[in-house]
Amino acid sequence: MSYPLRLDIYGSNVTLEPTRAGFGRGLLAAGQANETIVALCADLTESTQMHLFRDAFPKRFIEVGVAEQNLVTVASGLARAGKIPFTSSYSAFSPGRNWEQIKTTAALNNQPVKIIGSHAGVSVGPDGATHQMLEDIALMRAMPNMIVIAPGDSVEAEKATKAIAENGKPTYMRLAREKTAIFSTDDSPFEIGKAYVLREGHEVSLFGTGTMTYQLLVAAQLLAEKGIQAEVVHVPTIKPLDDDTLLASARKTGRVVTAEEAQAAGGFGGAVSELLSSKLPTPVLRVGILDRYGESGTQAELLDYFGLSGEKIAEQVTGWLENTPRYHQEF
Amino acid sequence: MTQLTIPHIEQKAKTIREDIIKMLEAAGSGHSAGPLGLADIFAALYFNILHIRPEEPEWPGRDLIFLSNGHTVPVQYAAMAEAGFFPKKELLTLRKFGSRLQGHPERERLPGLENTSGPLGSGLSQAAGYAYSLQYLDNEPHRFVYVVMGDGELNEGNIWEAAMFAGKYKLSQLIGFIDRNNIQIDGTTEDVMPLEDLRGKWESFGWHVVEIDGHNIESIIDATSQARAITNRPTVIIAHTIPGKGVDFMEYDYRWHGIPPNAEQAKEALQKLRTLDGKITHEGVGA
Repeated sequence: MSYPLRLDIYGSNVTLEPTRAGFGRGLLAAGQANETIVALCADLTESTQMHLFRDAFPKRFIEVGVAEQNLVTVASGLARAGKIPFTSSYSAFSPGRNWEQIKTTAALNNQPVKIIGSHAGVSVGPDGATHQMLEDIALMRAMPNMIVIAPGDSVEAEKATKAIAENGKPTYMRLAREKTAIFSTDDSPFEIGKAYVLREGHEVSLFGTGTMTYQLLVAAQLLAEKGIQAEVVHVPTIKPLDDDTLLASARKTGRVVTAEEAQAAGGFGGAVSELLSSKLPTPVLRVGILDRYGESGTQAELLDYFGLSGEKIAEQVTGWLENTPRYHQEF
Repeated sequence: MTQLTIPHIEQKAKTIREDIIKMLEAAGSGHSAGPLGLADIFAALYFNILHIRPEEPEWPGRDLIFLSNGHTVPVQYAAMAEAGFFPKKELLTLRKFGSRLQGHPERERLPGLENTSGPLGSGLSQAAGYAYSLQYLDNEPHRFVYVVMGDGELNEGNIWEAAMFAGKYKLSQLIGFIDRNNIQIDGTTEDVMPLEDLRGKWESFGWHVVEIDGHNIESIIDATSQARAITNRPTVIIAHTIPGKGVDFMEYDYRWHGIPPNAEQAKEALQKLRTLDGKITHEGVGA
């Protein structure tokens, strides 16, 4: 079954919405479906879109103030009491500041505490490096028991929120502040742990997570104009990876590009490289932030500067393919 | 659990202290001073204060005990074994490979533990989260959440975030103990990072504060009775204790914070504890 994509994604009139908006709607819906869901926020309720839940369920909403360590540890206590707590803040602060508390009090006990980190990546823009969370994927996927999700757009973020509400596991979901293109539809599938082939091709696999998947779709279109047939695979669940889908694509194309708006070292690119090196050695180009911090600028300026726009990705991939033979080694 | 009388609880505290020495000697590592100093509080909790069912650790009607300063867990293990949560012979597996009695408490490994701790400062928040649930979400006014904290760990910012939180939400089913033994790894608390005015700090955060002798069983029980009767704010019990209490060569000596006794020291310690009767008593109860 092919993945239903929106029809307007390659035009200049793409539909834009921040992924956090989908989270807000998803949490409200999850809260309506399950009364054990509670929500906690660290003084960023509207920014993280938790206000929809707060206004509908004021008794199940807990304001903890600017205290991210307390945010997740109170949530762990609530989980012990049988609740499903969603915590939200900016990802720079949660899990940026409270990683150890998440590990010790939630993940080690396999408690269903949900860590929602909004405003991730460089595209938060003018706020600068301190607020541009780039290390969260690496931090969270290194934590046993933790599920790591980066939805591709707001439509998927809504579905992902409903799914993680019921998965019974500690879960991290990274969201973005700025509007990004919606490429999926209400009918597009989302299942935790699944990756989806959005566009088929045989010369190179483009694996994207989070909002980078849209940039890969743009890049694939530009590559096609140059006669290069790229396969685009959307990987909203970074942990656990959908090994089968990724290996099948790598086996077909023999060349893999990963893209993330985060540190590629230890991040999504790291995860894919680990998989391929142990199961199917294949050349990998990692597109992402490469061992440096962000800086102030607009979303568009920063994506361009860091080589994360569709156009820049297409350029990098074109050059890389020229010097990189197709290869994979079956074990 | 049957509530024991004070002389019987004192006997339990003595047994707990003996078990702590035996466990630590067998483990060859671990913390001595803190667990010994907390023995009376844990004896009072497990044999009088807590409504729990050792044969049914997840009993939905239970009171909760969170341990925040996880390095003192030998005292909790000893109290739990004495109360019947698991066989006493298992105590000698402390810190050993394959044991349920991990060096720092790990909830998923041992039924009866309510939380995982070790990294300091996060127990009060977890207890507060549970207490919030009882008070605001579950309509369960008759269950109480106890949490034991060290004084050294009050250096942690997370504690004060939780103190503000519990004060804001007037979590009256939350009852904290501070093991005020005045020592931490690098020296005395007042040298390392002064805590005083400790009472004033908690009061200004909206807490009811009780100060007691943490080795007086009757005071410990009375303080919790008082705390349960207060319905508009959380209570913290500042329990003044002697680190290493019961083993005179360990008492007051911060160097015993993080080490176990060797065989010879353990033998001497057990001898001291056997002759302790008469030292730890409350007024009116003969040994």
